Amino acid sequence: MRPITALSAVIAVVLCTMPIVAKAQDASEKEIERYREMISDPMSNPGFLAVDRGEQLWAEKRGTKNVSLESCDLGLGAGKLEGAFAQLPRYFKDADRVMDLEQRLLWCMQNLQGLDTKDVVARRFSGPGKPSDMEDLVAFIANKSSGMKIEPQLSHPKEQEMAAVGEELFHRRGGVMDFSCSTCHGAEGKRIRLQALPYLAGPGKDAQVTMASWPTYRVSQSALRTFQHRLWDCYRQQRWPAPEYGSDGITALTLYLNKIAAGGELAVPSIKR
Amino acid sequence: MTKLHVSMLALALGGALSCAAPIASHAADQPVAKPSGAMSKAADKTVEATKPGPSPAPAKTATVAAKVSPETVDGYIKATFGKAPEDWQQRIVPDETMQACNKYRNDVPHEVGDAIMKREITKVVYPADGKFLGNWKEGAKIANNGQGGQFSDKPETVHGGNCYACHQMAKSEVSFGTLGPSLTHYGKDRNYTEAEIKQAYTKIYNSQAVVPCSNMPRFGTNGFLTEQQIKDVMAFLFDPESPVNKE
Repeated sequence: MRPITALSAVIAVVLCTMPIVAKAQDASEKEIERYREMISDPMSNPGFLAVDRGEQLWAEKRGTKNVSLESCDLGLGAGKLEGAFAQLPRYFKDADRVMDLEQRLLWCMQNLQGLDTKDVVARRFSGPGKPSDMEDLVAFIANKSSGMKIEPQLSHPKEQEMAAVGEELFHRRGGVMDFSCSTCHGAEGKRIRLQALPYLAGPGKDAQVTMASWPTYRVSQSALRTFQHRLWDCYRQQRWPAPEYGSDGITALTLYLNKIAAGGELAVPSIKR
Repeated sequence: MTKLHVSMLALALGGALSCAAPIASHAADQPVAKPSGAMSKAADKTVEATKPGPSPAPAKTATVAAKVSPETVDGYIKATFGKAPEDWQQRIVPDETMQACNKYRNDVPHEVGDAIMKREITKVVYPADGKFLGNWKEGAKIANNGQGGQFSDKPETVHGGNCYACHQMAKSEVSFGTLGPSLTHYGKDRNYTEAEIKQAYTKIYNSQAVVPCSNMPRFGTNGFLTEQQIKDVMAFLFDPESPVNKE
């Protein structure tokens, strides 16, 4: 009988150590949280250097027409920046299209400044020794909505279509892994490796917190990143093809996500790992 | 003494059972939990509604009344991914199974689910040599490797299974995801039976043959892992010496 007792005790011990693993996870999650708090000090956020650069770019005369972007209408009137980002993407009558901030800036560069945007698009994501005008401009303009609430624009039929398509794209599976956005973001309280995944298949705090934090300074990339980059990277991880910069699918997803994030208070640029 | 032994055994087994219960329910080959029935039903309504017309008040979670046809969505896909190389674009053309999963947002009716499993089981290729288990040490590496298949990868990049992204496996690896069930003691809990081994091979080779619209990739059918890689991962799950069963 003795071996049986010993064996059963071992079984009990082994199976009952399960909660210890869970505790180890909690501890590592707490560490990650502590790290997040440590780096989220706005005074030490290098993203604000991008804000300053963006401010200069906004006022700089460029293009064949040698004018600045200051007459660009981001939805609230020419040159009006306060609160504009909180309401983007939105429908623009002059272009007869729904645009996110980046699409709109490219449109203004081409149509107001007469600027060849090929080089600007080539530098859409910054790298070492390769600054990005778009990242800087988005940081500057988004910062003018910091503290304001996300206010998705859904009154125009084209805005409604965008949001509906965005929701469809969110659930669309494909690629060699059969992944969609919802594979990772379709249920609450999930984790990939140790990384917590926001639930984005419906309205709620996760969506608000997520959408209120872009653009952000990515410490791991030493760069200010916009939501265009975030979705580009999501599709990379999903094993989908690279999405076109400033394309309608990205804008559709952004509007859908802003829709479920309505009311989230922007704090941008934020800082993330 | 005998009485004491018996009661200790009962106590230990009782404890083991109460601890094991959540594991068993997790490890079962269940489809990944859906957010909520109400949510997906509301979403389905939005998808299925065809005209704005005089419809009742929209459901709480439903999108704006505007509905979009599959053609409209395809147009956006083209505008967004249309400049990618042709072979990359082919990868996101949904096959019949993915079309069904997309249509129902994975919450397929029974008959559709049955049709999926029937179709997908024909796409499973079992090892010609009849051996399901390779080398667990190689399998451990594959389970930990998340490379391959991304547009940033070189074409010659060796693909990993990235199992830990979603599953707990060996207990010593604390960096594991929770999108899928825990797989600790996978083989041991199943007594290493031949039937369980074949079932697990099928699941890894083509998850859709086992659980319709499973979130898991079809590693074999989609050509993401080689047969040998799948055998190695299988050994990681089923070899009694593997840390999955030993730790």
